Amino acid sequence: MKRLVLLLIFGLWVAPLQAAIEAYQFDSPEMEADYNQLIDELRCLVCQNQNLSGSDADLARDLRRETYQMLQQGKSQQEVVDFMVARYGDFVLYRPQFQSNTYLLWLGPFLLLVLVLYLVVRRLRAADKPVEVDAGAMAEAKQLLEDNESHK
Amino acid sequence: MIRFALPLVVFVLMVGLLGYGLRLDPKKVPSPLIDKPAPAFSLSMLASPSRQLSTEDMKGQVWVLNVWASWCVSCRAEHEVITALANRNLVTVVGLNYKDEPADATRWLEQFGNPYATSVMDQDGRVGIDWGVYGVPETFVIGADGMIKYKHIGPVTHESLEQTILPILKELKS
Repeated sequence: MKRLVLLLIFGLWVAPLQAAIEAYQFDSPEMEADYNQLIDELRCLVCQNQNLSGSDADLARDLRRETYQMLQQGKSQQEVVDFMVARYGDFVLYRPQFQSNTYLLWLGPFLLLVLVLYLVVRRLRAADKPVEVDAGAMAEAKQLLEDNESHK
Repeated sequence: MIRFALPLVVFVLMVGLLGYGLRLDPKKVPSPLIDKPAPAFSLSMLASPSRQLSTEDMKGQVWVLNVWASWCVSCRAEHEVITALANRNLVTVVGLNYKDEPADATRWLEQFGNPYATSVMDQDGRVGIDWGVYGVPETFVIGADGMIKYKHIGPVTHESLEQTILPILKELKS
C-alpha cells in the first residue's frame, strides 16, 4: 500500500514534464524564471490546450524563441505579454488580464460567494426565530396530552 | 412554486449557453489585428530573391495576402479558390510563403500553377508572428488605407469566397 502511494506521488510528480528542449543561456536566474513563467502562461495556438512550454508545435518553438529574444533585449514580462496579445489576442493568455471584458470572470466567483453567504445567513436567521404558536392551540395541545396521560 | 421554477430556469439557461458554446469553432480565434494597420514587412521575392516586396509597395491599393506553404495540405485544397480569386483581376493577390524551402515552394507553384502576383518568403516565420499567423493557410484582406479589413482562418472555400471575401473586396474597391 505504502509503495502504491509512493508510486502515485512520484507519478504525479513527473507528469508536467516539459517538451521545451531548447537550451537557452540566460544572463540571470531572474530572467530564466521570467522566461519559464511566460512560456507556462502563454497558450500555443496550434494545439490550443497546451502552453508554450508543453507544446512541440513549430509555432510554439518560434514563440519561445521570440520570448527568449525579447527578454534578452531587456524587455519586461508585461512587454512580452502585450506583444503576444497584440498579435494573437487575449486567447493567448492562460491567465486573463483584469480588464473591462474580464471583470465578471475575475469577480464573478466572489459575487457568487457573497450571494450564497447572504442566502445561508438569511435561512439560518429564519430557523433561529422562536416559533410563535397561538395560545388557544397551545392550550388545546396541552389538554390532549394530559388526556392521553390520564387514559394510561 | 419558485422553489421548483428557479432550478428549471437555471437549467434551461445553462443548456442554452452550452448549446451556443457547442456551435462555436474553438479553432477560429478572432484576430486582434482587424481594423489595425497591416504589420510592415519587407521580404525577398520567391521568384527573384534579390528583389524585395514591402507593405509600403502595396500602399494605396486593396490587396489580399494569402499565407501558404508547400508542406501545407489544406493549401492544396484552397489553391483552386485562390486561383479563381486571382483570375477575377479584382485585387492583387500576394502570397506569403510561410516557413518553406524556396525550392519546394517553386516546385509547388510549377505543379499546381501560380495564382500570386508575387510570393514573398518568410522562412523563419517572423513576419507570420507579426501577422498573428497560427495555422496555414490564412488569408488577409488589406484596404487601400493599409488597414487589415478581414482575416480568414483555414482554407478559403468557394462559398466563403463568394459570400464573404468578394463582397468585402467589392465594397473596399467602390
